[in-house]
Order: sequence, then C-alpha cells, then structure tokens
Amino acid sequence: MDVLYFAWVRERIGLPKERVATDAATVRDLVAELAAREERYEAAFADLSALRVALDQELSDFDAPLAGVREVAFFPPMTGG
Amino acid sequence: MSEQVSVKVQEADFDLGAELDGFGAGFADMGAVVSFTGIVRDVDGGLEAMEIEHYPGMTLKALEDIAAQAMARWSLGGVKVIHRYGRLVPSDRIMMVATASRHRKDAFEAAEFLMDYLKSRAPFWKKEHLKSGAQWVAARDEDEAALERW
Repeated sequence: MDVLYFAWVRERIGLPKERVATDAATVRDLVAELAAREERYEAAFADLSALRVALDQELSDFDAPLAGVREVAFFPPMTGG
Repeated sequence: MSEQVSVKVQEADFDLGAELDGFGAGFADMGAVVSFTGIVRDVDGGLEAMEIEHYPGMTLKALEDIAAQAMARWSLGGVKVIHRYGRLVPSDRIMMVATASRHRKDAFEAAEFLMDYLKSRAPFWKKEHLKSGAQWVAARDEDEAALERW
C-alpha cells in the first residue's frame, strides 16, 4: 500500500510518500511496524494522540482494519480555514 | 433555481467581489448571501509567510462532503468554498465560504458550520515562517470543541 505523510510528520520522517509491504491487520499494527524501523519513524509516531489517520482519503482511526486499503495517510490535526 | 455547490482548491488568489457577484446572481429566489473570508494575519509583526500544505487526493472530497452536509442541514440555495494552498504573505486571502438562502438565519448558521468543519476536518496544514524561524500551527482545542455545537 501507499503510505503518505503530511506536515511535520512528513518532515520528521523525511519523505512525503512510500510504498509499504505489510500484513498489518490494523492501523495501530502498521504504526508499530513503522515505528520499529528507525528512530525518525519512532519519533514521528511517539504520540498517537497528536496524529490523525486517513484510509483511502477518508478520516479514520487507529483501530481500523487495513484489509483492502490502498492508501494510508498520517498527519497532525488539521488547521484549515 | 437549482441547488448549487461550488468547491475549489487552488494556489492562485481569487477575486472576492467577482466570486460573490457571480454567486449571488445565480439565485433570484434567495434573499440572503453570507460570506466569510479568511486572511493571513500578522499579529506581532514577525510573520514573513504562511505556507499551506494540503492532501490533494482528499481535500476536494472533504470539502464537498462538508458542503453537502450544510446543504442537507439548512435550507440553502447554494454553497461556495474556495481554499488556497501554497506560500501566502500577510493580508493575502486564504479562503472564502459563501452561502445563499431565502432568509438570513440559514445562511449565517451554515456559513459558521462550514468554517467550523473546514478548520478541523479539511486536510490543510499551516506553517508559519516567522523572522525567528518556522513552526507548524497547532490545532486549537477550541476548534475541535466548536464542532460539538453542531
């Protein structure tokens, strides 16, 4: 699946998008896999309460299942308007 | 007059007067048009630029969804939303919403609803470039709390 990062999450991880091969069942499982990779990922995912997630471009939550999902995006709370 | 929803996400500035004239002209049976314009502000004189990032694949859908909710909830003839992204400087327009209804109450309430949802549910992120350095604008608890009103 494609994993996208925005705002400070993108800056902390150092890239806007990457392709990830995973068997993670839920968003939380995927986060655990990513956080275990390298320190920059661990830093970005240190506090999930500071993050939001979208699955296939719809806002979702960290307990949502990933079956069939093609695009996951992680970002801080939005500041539009 | 049929219902009208217009949502745009763009880097370029927009002509507020022309947008409102065009919007209002579409509704002979609507007595009220309410609009809100968001502008880059520089409170302490230290802001050089405001950079607005967005999630291209999701932004338009999120805005259309918010506009559709407003259309469903209030008696509106139309909704218009324009939101910019990219690098803006103080006094630049960031975004606008406009609503049209027969009577003003629906137009005012729907415009406030749109703004409250745009702030916290549309995938935009603001980064302030200050003379002293750059920082991401943090979401405010009040903005999330504002949604409970609706």
